[in-house]
Amino acid sequence: MSSEPVSTFQRDLEAGKFVVTAEIGPPKGTNIAPVIHEAEEFLKSEQISAVNVTDIQTAVMRGSSMVGAKLLHDVGIEPVLQMVTRDRNRLALQSDLLAAYIFGIRNVLCLTGDHTTMGDHPEAMPVYDLDSVSLLEAIGKLEGGTDLGKDMKGNANELDGVPKFFKGCCVTPCADEVDPQVIKLEKKVEAGAQFVQTQAVYEPKAFETFMKKVEHIDVPILVGIVMLKNAGMGKYMNRGVPGVVVPDDIIQRLTDCEKEDRQKVSIEICGELIASMKDMCQGAHLMTLGWDHCVPDIIKAAGAV
Amino acid sequence: MIVAERKPMDEILEMVAGCKKVLVLGCGGCVTVCLTGGERQAEMLASQLNLAAKAKGLQLEATFDSITRQCEKEFFDNLSETPGDYDAVLSIACGAGVQFMTEVYPKTPILPGMNTTHLASNVEQGVWEEYCRGCGDCVLAWTGGVCPVAKCSKSLINGTCGGTDNGKCEVNPDMACGWLKIYERLNDLGRLDEYRKMRATRDHRKDRGNGVRRLVLAEMTEDEEAGNE
Repeated sequence: MSSEPVSTFQRDLEAGKFVVTAEIGPPKGTNIAPVIHEAEEFLKSEQISAVNVTDIQTAVMRGSSMVGAKLLHDVGIEPVLQMVTRDRNRLALQSDLLAAYIFGIRNVLCLTGDHTTMGDHPEAMPVYDLDSVSLLEAIGKLEGGTDLGKDMKGNANELDGVPKFFKGCCVTPCADEVDPQVIKLEKKVEAGAQFVQTQAVYEPKAFETFMKKVEHIDVPILVGIVMLKNAGMGKYMNRGVPGVVVPDDIIQRLTDCEKEDRQKVSIEICGELIASMKDMCQGAHLMTLGWDHCVPDIIKAAGAV
Repeated sequence: MIVAERKPMDEILEMVAGCKKVLVLGCGGCVTVCLTGGERQAEMLASQLNLAAKAKGLQLEATFDSITRQCEKEFFDNLSETPGDYDAVLSIACGAGVQFMTEVYPKTPILPGMNTTHLASNVEQGVWEEYCRGCGDCVLAWTGGVCPVAKCSKSLINGTCGGTDNGKCEVNPDMACGWLKIYERLNDLGRLDEYRKMRATRDHRKDRGNGVRRLVLAEMTEDEEAGNE
């Protein structure tokens, strides 16, 4: 990577730090107080390089990732703008990328996005004009000073002012068929991905196998860690989230503990997972799902920083 | 072939509520093959309508007829009934048939008895599964003969998403993951290089983006013009 980092997140990864990122979801409604509160919790944790803002996650309608990312940026937290290709065509996606850059947002995570039928507006039209690979390519074009379109003579359209992003993608390391995921990851990197934040991982062994398969891919990978709030959530993930396997012993620990100890046990589980995988990868992406005050304790438990 | 399913009886009754005489018209094309809109189904629907109308106390009388195809003008010559004698024709052809018939008989309301759904193959007895989306830009040569537009619920062009789940799609546990099928097929053929290739974004002008699509065979249209002179 020859050019100057465009964000702290990129700088931290390039410095070889074990980087921790967190995640928030914008509200369903206009009440931004919880988002601001979460942001304040993250501000307390100096070890966090950046905070992802989800984009209509699981196809459940919410405020936009753009507004969440802008709010974080305004309070001095570096956002990672998540963008899915489910809801916007290439015109809207490129337009929003320009908007994000104008707002000062520098990190973008490109995702396909859960299908519309998974969410709370199953009647909605799924767009998928681009996929995660072609969205990354679109960003590369914008960075090169043109867009995906052409003028009347067939020449590329020139931009007046050019954005520059730190571009990322996702992968599912514990997918039942991992090889097609690896090829897709290779394509994402070829399309310009500079970092990877993975789907949730609860099986360090499977993650190790995956990391061996992607040894040839020279892009930092942050292992995805999702806090389990109770045993039922673990069972739900096994049943309902493709490519995520929560082993029985983890579910058992959450079943056996007292209700008031669940958070403590969940922190321990996250800490142990990070500790066991931190030598295999370049960082961890923490998805705390509202338990954001736990982030410093997870990092402490992991002994990661 | 084109697959169409019959509309629910309540919806059909609502459409014909103001009619006294209705002709249920079957089509001998695709919908006969998928056993939903042929002559037998027209006969059945007419008698069901008569029973339902009687139960509801409606003054409705339904008869039936069927022709070889409702999407070509010449076949309407074979109608044994005259559409103009009816308050409405309930067509159980696909949407093309309903609309084309409307152009042939502009004075008679032609009502749709079906919901037209997909381009299918008969995969097992009684099952017609979608195989083609009519996207106008066939990629089957590069995807091992499995269509990513029709067989992937997101119509992705560059490979599986994270929603692939033990060979199934996140959208429905009974639906195969199209991209896993493509991967397996290309792997079997020793052609994973095709999976690895970066695919250009789709040109949606070929897929409805340019409005109404037409197939025009120049030689034939010229012949017709010459013949008219």
